[in-house]
Amino acid sequence: MARAVTTRRKALLTVIGWTVGFLVFFPILWTVLTSFKTEGEAIANPPSFLAFDWTTENYTEVQHRSDYFLHMMNSVVISFGSTALGLLFAVPAAWAMAFAPGKRTKDILMWMLSTKMMPAVGVLVPLYILFRDSGLLDTRVGLVGVLTLIDLPLIVWMLYTYFREIPGEILEAARMDGASLGKEIVFVLAPMAVPGIASTTLLNIILSWNEAFWTLNLTTSNAAPLTAFIASYSSPEGLFWAKLSAASTLAIAPILVLGWFSQRQLVRGLTFGAVK
Amino acid sequence: MGSIHLAKVTKSFGELTVIPSLDLVVEDGEFVVFVGPSGCGKSTLLRLIAGLEDVSSGQILIDGADVTRNAPAQRGLAMVFQSYALYPHMSVYKNIAFPLRMAGIDRTVIDAKVRGAAKALNLTDYLDRRPGQLSGGQRQRVAIGRAIVREPEAFLFDEPLSNLDAALRVAMRLEISELHHQLKTTMIYVTHDQVEAMTMADKIVVLNRGRIEQVGSPLDLYRKPRNRFVAGFIGSPKMNLIDGAEAARHGAAAIGVRPEHLALSLDGGVWKGTVRVSEHLGSDTFLHVDVEGVGVLTVRAGGEFPVHYGDHVWLTPAPDKLHRFNEHGEAL
Amino acid sequence: MATLHTRASARLMMAPSVIVLFAWMIVPLAMTLYFSFQRYNLLSPDEHGWTGLLNYTYFLTDPAFGDALTNTLLLVGGVLAITVVGGLCLALMLDQPFWGRGIVRLLVIAPFFVMPTVSALVWKNMLMNPVYGVFAWIARTLGVEPIDWLADVPLLSIILIVAWQWLPFATLILLTALQSLDTEQQEAAEMDGAGVVGRFIHLVLPHLARPITVVILIETIFLLGVFAEILVTTGGGPGTATTNIVYLVYSQALLQFDVGGASAGGIVAVVLANIVAVFLIRLIGKNLDR
Repeated sequence: MARAVTTRRKALLTVIGWTVGFLVFFPILWTVLTSFKTEGEAIANPPSFLAFDWTTENYTEVQHRSDYFLHMMNSVVISFGSTALGLLFAVPAAWAMAFAPGKRTKDILMWMLSTKMMPAVGVLVPLYILFRDSGLLDTRVGLVGVLTLIDLPLIVWMLYTYFREIPGEILEAARMDGASLGKEIVFVLAPMAVPGIASTTLLNIILSWNEAFWTLNLTTSNAAPLTAFIASYSSPEGLFWAKLSAASTLAIAPILVLGWFSQRQLVRGLTFGAVK
Repeated sequence: MGSIHLAKVTKSFGELTVIPSLDLVVEDGEFVVFVGPSGCGKSTLLRLIAGLEDVSSGQILIDGADVTRNAPAQRGLAMVFQSYALYPHMSVYKNIAFPLRMAGIDRTVIDAKVRGAAKALNLTDYLDRRPGQLSGGQRQRVAIGRAIVREPEAFLFDEPLSNLDAALRVAMRLEISELHHQLKTTMIYVTHDQVEAMTMADKIVVLNRGRIEQVGSPLDLYRKPRNRFVAGFIGSPKMNLIDGAEAARHGAAAIGVRPEHLALSLDGGVWKGTVRVSEHLGSDTFLHVDVEGVGVLTVRAGGEFPVHYGDHVWLTPAPDKLHRFNEHGEAL
Repeated sequence: MATLHTRASARLMMAPSVIVLFAWMIVPLAMTLYFSFQRYNLLSPDEHGWTGLLNYTYFLTDPAFGDALTNTLLLVGGVLAITVVGGLCLALMLDQPFWGRGIVRLLVIAPFFVMPTVSALVWKNMLMNPVYGVFAWIARTLGVEPIDWLADVPLLSIILIVAWQWLPFATLILLTALQSLDTEQQEAAEMDGAGVVGRFIHLVLPHLARPITVVILIETIFLLGVFAEILVTTGGGPGTATTNIVYLVYSQALLQFDVGGASAGGIVAVVLANIVAVFLIRLIGKNLDR
């Protein structure tokens, strides 16, 4: 492990590393920069990198022109709501699978995983019709419901892999000590599983925030989260790059920060524990 | 009061029978050790008594009351786990207090009991620490403290010393024995280490494949093992077991003689052999001697005995300490 | 490993999740299956009735289906090739010590957190625009005629956009796998005289075989469902140049309101996805036994 690395090699690697990092990150950086330009400068040729008149007018304009805050709130409600609801279903289920496994536990887990693999488009038609007929189209409630269901297998799986790392003896000790099932979960399991539950929550919020099939197909305006709101900039009359950039920056910034915090758990969650 | 009675208890996991019908009585105040090789069902038996597993059939009585269907907490037992099973997110104080809190006991009473237990176990200075900040021995004591404060009918220990290093294990062994003398509460202790069993137990239960091979005091088992399994399991180093012509000469299918019951001589004796490995410990000398027609025998000589690899020695078994077994492995 | 009592509570606690997921899986799928055998168009709701396999024959013989299938395969294959190779290079790079490695790592994984509609629109406009885009400016600076990416090479453009989004995923997983390499094993190989290349081929690559498989399978699941990137950039065009199966079904359902045809397409998509899913589930299931 501890081996001397020559400074020259390290310097070379540093140059390569930063260059590659910059290139991969460039589209995001460019979006952020453009969001502070005027519309004219945004399409200037040659493009100006830093030497332009910095302005924040795009941000005020985005809110002004279309109710940005409403869509932001839709995103928050939908991603947080579906995650919370998912946890409510998943924590007890994951507890049962991790600590009182039966003969079919593994089959149930695999089956849950398989529901995640069903392509959304396979059920687009009936869901659209069901939503239309029950008045759920373009409502937050409807989207929270759908996202809860598509998230649930992932939440159960992630929690399951975290719970499995908690030694069963500790829960048995609690049982010997006279804790009821509820107390066992609240006083012993939950505090020990806080890191696991937190990263599950975080990853799931990120994934729901960025979900762009159901949000695009089941909303039009009222309940449209940021994914759908940004999509409205694809129409020709929406070609205002600086404003598009401002709206995009606002849409990705919070989740990018959350994502950076959760990078360690990301691998585990997205591979269903297959890679840790 | 804490007598425990197992009546025709069986346990199977699906097709696999771990414990065929088993009867056992543990008297109040006794220190009983379940000993046996890994997979013999000793831990399962303990978990059945604790209520962490259901019996497949049979009854478990504590103080004469049938607790077979009772939840673990209702049996009035306390358990110390192999991994200690401390709550990592709680301080030592809260760990010890946890069973009392669950029982809804008054705060001031809890405080007094926790501090009392901590004092008895030399944990007073560590009450605010988390288990992660403690050494193995200290964690072990916290686990015991958590068991003591409940004032249970009986203590259950599941291989509690197996995660400690050798020196600490000896020290904790003494502490647990000391504790038993003070509390005079029934203790059931599971181990695979026959030395722990011999040094601590009032009564040893030797288990093999879910069956009780023999029950008795440590010296009973040492002197009169009922079969080859117990003979080979109890005693260290292991008893020498000899089959074939030499056994037939004694009218048995196999004979056994303990290393300490073989007299060593350089001049003459019953068996002549060549010394293989010799272990000189100072206090004792263990020799592995290859005797023609008998096999390699382990011999213990008290003190120092100056022979080395390739030397010739004579061995003489003490005639009254010879164990004879029939073809089924039962003692004759 | 537990008592009857705990097992009973376990069943009770698992029930809600199992029931809702079961309903979620079975109800809409059954409806899709039912609709797929129906003549049913939202524009003419009166014409209703069984049509047998007509929807399937219509969907499968539609030239657009052949295009969509090809596009889907090219999209999945192209993105997989770019992300696995690129991700491996990036992972190897990030596994080396250099100044600011932690920050570079954050930069590299950032695209994964960008919502699909944002990344698609940013690439389409600010990078790939033939007049004002950054790529066009670079081309002109180098004295080359700029390409109109989304008009001239539309599928490649989409592949690039999606690959940019998934590159971090492959990188992160392969990096995690690299970091779990046994250093003692590496050192033993070095003592045995294995060079850098030898160690890479004989130790590192075999160690990465499983994570690479995981990357390929999981990405495939998600890539079969690429939708938003196409919707906001090309709308499946020009013609059917960037229409994949998902987009084809979507356009039949919500643009042409042909419920029957779209349902048949949906079932086809389910069948295709299941072929991949079987492999993935086996792989993860094996992992569960360890």
